Amino acid sequence: MEPVLEIKNLSHVYGVDTPFEHVALDNVSLSVGRGEFVGLIGHTGSGKSTLIQHMNGLLKPMSGQVLFEGQDVWQNAKLTRQLRFHVGLVFQYPEYQLFEETVFQDIAFGPKNMGLSEQEIRARVLRAAGFVGITDKELEKSPFDLSGGQKRRAAIAGVIAMEPDVLILDEPTAGLDPAGRESILENIRAYQAAQGASVIMVSHSMEEIASNVDRLLVMNDSHLVMDATPQEVFAHPEELVRMGLAVPKVTQVLLRLRALGVDVPASAFTVEQAEKLLLPLVKGGSAVC
Amino acid sequence: MHNAIEIRDLRYAYPDDQAAEHVVFEDLNLDIRQGSFVAVLGHNGCGKSTLAKHLNAILLPEGGSVTVYGLDTRQEENLLAIRQQVGMVFQNPDNQIVSNVVEEDVAFAPENLGVASEEIRRRVDAALEAVGMLAYKKHAPHLLSGGQKQRVAIAGVLAMQPKTIVLDEPTAMLDPQGRQEVVSIVEKLSREQNITVVLITHHMDEAVCADRVLVMDDGKIIADGTPKEVFTQIRLLKSVGLTAPQTTLLLDALNQDGCALPLDALRVDECADALYQKIKQAKA
Amino acid sequence: MLKDVTLGQYFPGETSVHKLDPRTKLVLVIVYIVALFLAKGAASYALVAACLLAVIGISKIHLKVIVKSLKPLLLIIVLTALLNLFYGSGEPLVQFWIFKITKQGIENAVFMVLRIALLVAGTFMLTYTTSPIALTDGLESLLGPLKKLGAPVHELAMMMCIALRFIPTLIEETDKIMSAQKARGADFESGNLISRARALIPILVPLFISAFRRADELATAMECRCYHGGDGRTKLHELRYARRDWTAYILGACMLAGVIVLRQFGL
Repeated sequence: MEPVLEIKNLSHVYGVDTPFEHVALDNVSLSVGRGEFVGLIGHTGSGKSTLIQHMNGLLKPMSGQVLFEGQDVWQNAKLTRQLRFHVGLVFQYPEYQLFEETVFQDIAFGPKNMGLSEQEIRARVLRAAGFVGITDKELEKSPFDLSGGQKRRAAIAGVIAMEPDVLILDEPTAGLDPAGRESILENIRAYQAAQGASVIMVSHSMEEIASNVDRLLVMNDSHLVMDATPQEVFAHPEELVRMGLAVPKVTQVLLRLRALGVDVPASAFTVEQAEKLLLPLVKGGSAVC
Repeated sequence: MHNAIEIRDLRYAYPDDQAAEHVVFEDLNLDIRQGSFVAVLGHNGCGKSTLAKHLNAILLPEGGSVTVYGLDTRQEENLLAIRQQVGMVFQNPDNQIVSNVVEEDVAFAPENLGVASEEIRRRVDAALEAVGMLAYKKHAPHLLSGGQKQRVAIAGVLAMQPKTIVLDEPTAMLDPQGRQEVVSIVEKLSREQNITVVLITHHMDEAVCADRVLVMDDGKIIADGTPKEVFTQIRLLKSVGLTAPQTTLLLDALNQDGCALPLDALRVDECADALYQKIKQAKA
Repeated sequence: MLKDVTLGQYFPGETSVHKLDPRTKLVLVIVYIVALFLAKGAASYALVAACLLAVIGISKIHLKVIVKSLKPLLLIIVLTALLNLFYGSGEPLVQFWIFKITKQGIENAVFMVLRIALLVAGTFMLTYTTSPIALTDGLESLLGPLKKLGAPVHELAMMMCIALRFIPTLIEETDKIMSAQKARGADFESGNLISRARALIPILVPLFISAFRRADELATAMECRCYHGGDGRTKLHELRYARRDWTAYILGACMLAGVIVLRQFGL
């Protein structure tokens, strides 16, 4: 797959020369392909946030490189600024950054900063609102009058409106109820499919990661320790637990069955996959043949 | 066993922008037994938090009554006694910690209650011990992890020596590790100290360890029972924007394919055991 | 970048400086400031600086931290130095255009810079070694007599304590909001003064809204923990003077006396 975003030997240290000195990233390398949906997991403080802030040029590498479409983004200031528009970053609880009088204006903030024409801005705001299910009526409201879930959507639309090639989201579903979570994920998938964009999603919910991503990155203590398909990553449950992470509940069930001596692979991590694996066993010999 | 909290015909409405008010509760009735562990589930905006705020007189009923350990919440002279009996922990740990030092924050409530210095010292140490944060008593809260901050917040409530603790989505902003820390402490308090726990959450897994699960929708209690009774009603849960634990969903999916598995095997080991029995039968 | 601001931070510790009664520390900081303003010549400044260094040494606060806390004031310090440098009276050493530099001017500049630096470093030592709650208790107790006149001493003390508690939280939040708006292409570093001021709106609006939300939630949380004003409140740490406090008072008085004596001799 053609790489869009590449990170090469990236390191970052916070608070150099203070009592709080702390290595956040240690020699991390990875690449993200066009149209890929990548999950990023790791316990709090493992370096995830520092990593994603390098991906759109908010932090400057202390050593190593960030390449967008093969070009070092710190080559010159213009490229660095352009990167912000090519790689959209949605922070945790993005609804706390809403500030404009209307939802429309707030979503338009990014496109405006890109220096687009009035007409293009309008088109983009409407498209972005469409992806996340913000109605025309809501566009004219104050962002502070929206419900919690709609605020979150408006904030995500503010980044989507820049139509980035890579969309990074830091825990986009945190604090939402199950229905809200599922619908935000649908919004993200819709954007990805329509734009052929790559998505990098940070999440603590293994169930959510398992059922959405093509590839999974695992950070632990400032190192990138795994970079593989979800199947391969979740096949190492003990290691994940040691890193303060968990495996999806259904995978835990399969692991437990294996411990009981049942010959079943533990490589399922969604309900559907586990159902497929277990059905022949539970139904008896006939189904296996 | 007697009731810690009795809610009778509760009516409450929020004032709305448009002249019409937004009715949250109409004739809500609920008893919570002393020492029980009640989980309250519901989607965002279903009235869970509004209910929680009625349990310690932060909000007062417009109709009907809320009685806490025999005290009517509408009577102003009962206020401090009620709040001391029913402690409350909120979602955002940052916004409920008052002081820059852990132990002084935990001391805040007993100080307000006019407890003598030596007794405050004893209570602070006991409360921090109970949440496993004694080693951090001199630390600055803003340098702690989310889970640790929330444990300090729980200790701050425990220092009042309440009989009931209400936790309003205490884990919503925490990572899995922090969530685990908080949930295990809540379970421990319920089990070992006979504290009544009302846990508001939308993490189904956290509700599995409760003795009783309430499901709220649009200000009404639409399901009330043990976790096994409630979580097996998958359709009902999905209809109100919730879901069942993955274990139940897996068993349900298999049952749809014609297997007869017990839906109420909620915990991972229960679920695996149920499947194991079935697989053994199938082999035989 | 904002995280580097150490203003209002407390570094917990168990040293004698940390253990001093907050009232003692408050009074001594006032004594220290008075001494600083009475100081006239190099000898008095040296005496005051030596006292501060001794306190820093005992408190085990890193000198680096103190130096860092002065950084945000660099601009003010440099400006003051320049002003004093050019507006000295007396025989000019160097002269060009309308500026002249005199021996007096150089002396003034050096002393002013010293004065500001010592003033700031000294007051920061108070917040570095005293927990905000202790500080508030101290203030409340020192100002206690004003309560009888109807002054809201407890309320003010509580407000100060909460403000100090939330400074790090709000600084962190400002950082976060700035990053998020930068991610949407906001530009805080270029343009003229007006466009730069306008660029702050996307930061200030969310910051204020968040501060109000926090205040609201905190008020509810405080009510839930039976807060009902200062009446009948007790304290985890009742304030009690120990021997070290009297020692500190005596040493403070000695410093002040020393400065006054040196002043008499114009030193």
